[in-house]
Amino acid sequence: MMPLGTAEVAKIAHLARLAIREEEVPDYARNLSAILELVEQMNAVDTTGVTPMAHPLDMVQRLRADEISESNQREHFQAIAPRVDAGLYLVPKVIE
Amino acid sequence: MNEQILNSIAMHEKTIAQLSASLATGEFSSEELTRALLERVERFNPSLNAFITVTAESALAQARAADERRRQGAAGLLTGIPIAHKDIFCTDGVRTSCGSRILDRFIAPYNATVVERLNAAGAVMLGKTNMDEFAMGSSNETSFYGPVRNPWDLDAVPGGSSGGSAAAVAARLTPGATGTDTGGSIRQPAALCGITGIKPTYGRVSRWGMIAYASSLDQGGPMARTAEDCALLLGAMAGFDLRDSTSVDRPAPDYAALLDQPLTGLKIGLPKEYFGEGLDSAVARVVEDAIAEYRKLGAETVEISLPNSHLAIPAYYVVAPAECSSNLARFDGVRYGHRCENPKDLLDLYTRSRGEGFGAEVQRRILVGTFALSAGYYDAYYLKAQQIRRLISDDFRQAFAQVDVIMGPTSPTVAFNLGEKVDDPITMYLSDIYTIAVNLAGLPGLSLPVGFVGQRPVGLQVIGDYFTEDRLLNVAHRYQQVTDWHQRAPTAFA
Repeated sequence: MMPLGTAEVAKIAHLARLAIREEEVPDYARNLSAILELVEQMNAVDTTGVTPMAHPLDMVQRLRADEISESNQREHFQAIAPRVDAGLYLVPKVIE
Repeated sequence: MNEQILNSIAMHEKTIAQLSASLATGEFSSEELTRALLERVERFNPSLNAFITVTAESALAQARAADERRRQGAAGLLTGIPIAHKDIFCTDGVRTSCGSRILDRFIAPYNATVVERLNAAGAVMLGKTNMDEFAMGSSNETSFYGPVRNPWDLDAVPGGSSGGSAAAVAARLTPGATGTDTGGSIRQPAALCGITGIKPTYGRVSRWGMIAYASSLDQGGPMARTAEDCALLLGAMAGFDLRDSTSVDRPAPDYAALLDQPLTGLKIGLPKEYFGEGLDSAVARVVEDAIAEYRKLGAETVEISLPNSHLAIPAYYVVAPAECSSNLARFDGVRYGHRCENPKDLLDLYTRSRGEGFGAEVQRRILVGTFALSAGYYDAYYLKAQQIRRLISDDFRQAFAQVDVIMGPTSPTVAFNLGEKVDDPITMYLSDIYTIAVNLAGLPGLSLPVGFVGQRPVGLQVIGDYFTEDRLLNVAHRYQQVTDWHQRAPTAFA
């Protein structure tokens, strides 16, 4: 793996929906490359045939009956929203 | 303990078990105790920065309710005992910041299960403790609210991410606190501040209402001065919760009742990988002395190997960032939390709210995780890390076929200085070299104080097989019956 360049960092930041100031991109590129170099120590080990471990206790998700278990608390939860109107969350116009 | 001796100890010097006895005999009320501790918080917090929010008014109301409950004869062991919650646990009507600007004005609309359970036991919440932002850090320096200082030496970090809880307990501002541990965040600050803390088995304590960092690793647990106090707190915190999909449906034993089992014949494994290169030699000597003490208590020691230990940090820095990039996607400036001024469109709203709201370390981990999960890289990073995780877990499985517990240092060094590692993420990550594998395997781990290097504390880590929290607490408790490291107080806060 080559070190990450500034263009790649900008692309990842876009995927992550993070606005990063242009002057900070080289720092991120350097730090991210160092972290990836660290994690690539994994490649020294042959893991062919090793079952990936998705859960520490190898448990599967519990299922429950499809019944309503939550009550409607819209007003309570919307009290902490940045902007709401008539029970709806407001964001800038999406469709012209 | 003899009542006369008990009465002669200052309130803030008492352990939870001692406070519980004093409240039961009526030596003082919970309201008096709570007032005394709130005064200490007011006096000492400016120098420590251990609390983000102090909830004095509601604490006194809870204390009075606890006193009333006692008058009615309905008090339990934790009724009226003041504690603090790490600011990662949602507390209804109280700011829950997770150490982040993005949640600076977030008033949680409900209680975490851990908070509910401790409330039901009658505990009194003094406030919310400082922490690394979203629990990402090993020094408490990534907090939006500024670093916490170590009560043993104000130039030193308290460790992280539960650094506020550890410092508050060590400085006798609270007898106990909650913490969370994703890669060592209970054990490492417990070690660096000279207190006791336990990370339970994954699934033992409910994660509901605990703000998620890396969901397959996160686990809440107690921090206090003694193993006995951790047992009392864990007893109230542990148990099945329908609302946490990974909670384990298995009753929690009475941890406090099992503390006194003798250690004769206990087989302790000492992994050679935990005593090699990278371990400070002065820390190694203190840890070896503690292990010698265990031999005197009747335990046997045997050298073991955990051959994949060196892969724990690389695997963790894929798994944790990948899961965090997904978990932290919910902070979008729409439903709660920080929203940027005058967004020009929806994308601008998302990216600027997140860019302004998250600090540098959180952004780094989100970026690493986003990269590792992006198209074409999944097999090389996430899948590979999950395979390594299996190898690490198998190492422990083989070890526990031979031994009862594993011991070693909690951290390779004592507390480092503020600012010393903050500009070098990789060096900071190595601070968790002995704790991270435990999270990857989902095992329980405990840290207890076993001495000092200079004036900075050293922690011994005890790792157990799944669901052996009772054994770990017992192993720590027996040591604390014959040593007094856990009773040492930092002079400025005695």
